[in-house]
Amino acid sequence: MGERCAVIGVGQTRYTTKRLDVSIAGLVREAAQRALDDAGLTFADIDAVVVGKAPDLFEGVMMPEAYLADALGGAGKPVMRVHTAGSVGGSTALVGASLIQGGVHDRVLVVAFEKQSESNATWALSTHLPFGASLVVGAGGYFAPHIREYMRRSGAPDHIGALVAVKDRRNALKNPYAHLRIPGIDRAMVESTPMLWEPIRYLETCPSSDGACAIVLASEKAVTGTPAWIHGAAMRSEPLARAGRETVSPQAGKDCAADVYRQAGISDPRRDIDVAEVYVPFSWYEPMWLENLGFAPENEGWKLTEAGSTALDGDIPWNPSGGVLSSNPIGASGLIRFAEAALQVRGMAGEHQVEGAATALGHAYGGGAQFFAMWIVSNRKP
Amino acid sequence: MPSDPPSHPPSHPLEARHVLEFPGGYTRSTGPVIGRFLTELRDRRIVGVRTAGARVLVPPLEYDPDTGEAVTGEYVEVGPAGTVQAWAWVSAPRPAHPLDRPFAWATIRLDGADTALVHAVDAGGPKAMRPGMRVRPRWRDRTSGTITDIECFVPEVTMITAPIRTEYRVRPGAALTRFLERIGDGVLLGGRCAGCDQVYVPYRTSCPACGALIEEEREVADTGTVTTFAINNLPDPRAPEVPFVSAYILLDGADIPMIALVGGIPAHEVRQGMRVRAVWVPPEERTMSMADIRWFAPTGEPDADLSAGTPGGGA
Repeated sequence: MGERCAVIGVGQTRYTTKRLDVSIAGLVREAAQRALDDAGLTFADIDAVVVGKAPDLFEGVMMPEAYLADALGGAGKPVMRVHTAGSVGGSTALVGASLIQGGVHDRVLVVAFEKQSESNATWALSTHLPFGASLVVGAGGYFAPHIREYMRRSGAPDHIGALVAVKDRRNALKNPYAHLRIPGIDRAMVESTPMLWEPIRYLETCPSSDGACAIVLASEKAVTGTPAWIHGAAMRSEPLARAGRETVSPQAGKDCAADVYRQAGISDPRRDIDVAEVYVPFSWYEPMWLENLGFAPENEGWKLTEAGSTALDGDIPWNPSGGVLSSNPIGASGLIRFAEAALQVRGMAGEHQVEGAATALGHAYGGGAQFFAMWIVSNRKP
Repeated sequence: MPSDPPSHPPSHPLEARHVLEFPGGYTRSTGPVIGRFLTELRDRRIVGVRTAGARVLVPPLEYDPDTGEAVTGEYVEVGPAGTVQAWAWVSAPRPAHPLDRPFAWATIRLDGADTALVHAVDAGGPKAMRPGMRVRPRWRDRTSGTITDIECFVPEVTMITAPIRTEYRVRPGAALTRFLERIGDGVLLGGRCAGCDQVYVPYRTSCPACGALIEEEREVADTGTVTTFAINNLPDPRAPEVPFVSAYILLDGADIPMIALVGGIPAHEVRQGMRVRAVWVPPEERTMSMADIRWFAPTGEPDADLSAGTPGGGA
């Protein structure tokens, strides 16, 4: 894995439907400045900047990394942009880490963002070329059939999705940066909301958020403050249209998990990992990813959810921050998972801290569940 | 300016119009303080006066309204920007109102002032109004030294719209052209990868699994099995009327499902495993696009058994 690399700073904006008080540059600077403050550094201490965000059509700013280069202190430095759809925040962190692991740089600023209020994600994701038949289904319509297939195969009871929706939103009440705050949310409230893309209910889906997240990565000799050490980093992708592709539990996700676990010396993720921040934009993806990531046998992920194992006080808390279900600035959502994993092992997660968390998983997926990015961070030096 | 209301003929035989209007208007001497304020307004500046307690009154008065003491002779330029403190929406402006369209009366504390003045805010609609909103004056073309030299206040610029449009001429490639030609004939064309022994539909010339050239065309049936589906309830002007079913349909003879609309059956009766057949639009209405298939409708055959593992099932 090359040189040691650690997260030494994390900065987030308070996620919300509309950040009308800032420009895109102002938004990313807010997160970047907080990450630098956390690390006790300034822009001058940074060697390179890596920017991530989802499709340019979301804000209609083509090549936003060029526009943002100087806003992020990148003048005279290498600045690059990463794009892997919804997993981009995770991939951006991994590209940043690779610049340090490869010995190229000592301090890298990684920033990811989305300002969804500037347009409409469903519009941006549903640009139909001529000759096709327009169904305009957006992300929810795309993933709903795969959830239905998971429910059929696993025989999971119908209420599992609602349990995840309640758990993550209750966690969000402990996270000052979380977007959705629904005090008193319970299963009945979730189940009373309409089906948007059956079997996905309104409260089982993620919000549209404006927000940015930033982290500062450092080589061993450049560490300041409290480090979260990277023990494993992996990305995988697979073609969307391939005969026999398994879309409920994609092979790329399994391969990515196997790779990151091997690097980090994890043989039993449920036992060896203390907390996980996993990309769950629709509630049913918690049980689906529990299986894909090896926390539960095939078709049994829902049993962990039902037993409360993934709750903040469970044996393997998933998404103590409230997850994507509570905050979703799409391009940043993956980086938030990675950053929250780092906050946990640094003991800096505040009210949603998992006590004694030493090893954490950050996970993101994107596209038609075809891009995966994961890392394992720990408070111990590898 | 708003026009006078039409004078209605008396609606009652003993009703008459009666106007009290001093010819030419009352004359008012301003005194030194208000006079200074209005003189500065004529020059498009807004000033307040400082009190003995160091507060800045806008509009200025000759006295501190709290203590009754005379104000100092110090004038302070304020604004021109300010902050709305409170507001009331006027949805039907009257003739004497400063604007002929709906507006807000607002108390506005100009930057540098300690008191608020009342003026109109041209905000478009009440949803744009909120306490704390930042506004600036819109001056009349000609000023004369009255408070209406400021026509109204308008919100600061906080948002621009960026119309962005790219226009392309799209021509399908060779493989898609071949597929669409056959769609026009009412045929779904696939291609078989010889190395993988998998049939891809729509027809394509490279295998996404092994990368090999797909050379063999293979017609697949227009019947198939719904492997899984969503019931879409979110309306969109570009989409079919809700609720509509978008389904993964594994056509007979194909190894990869395609996404298509299911119709001819209530949405809640669609099932995984349901057998369906393409409903084609009449040949004379075909446009060589996927719109030539109206939707897939149930065949009435018994459902397929998915538990055995359909190829591409759940795709």
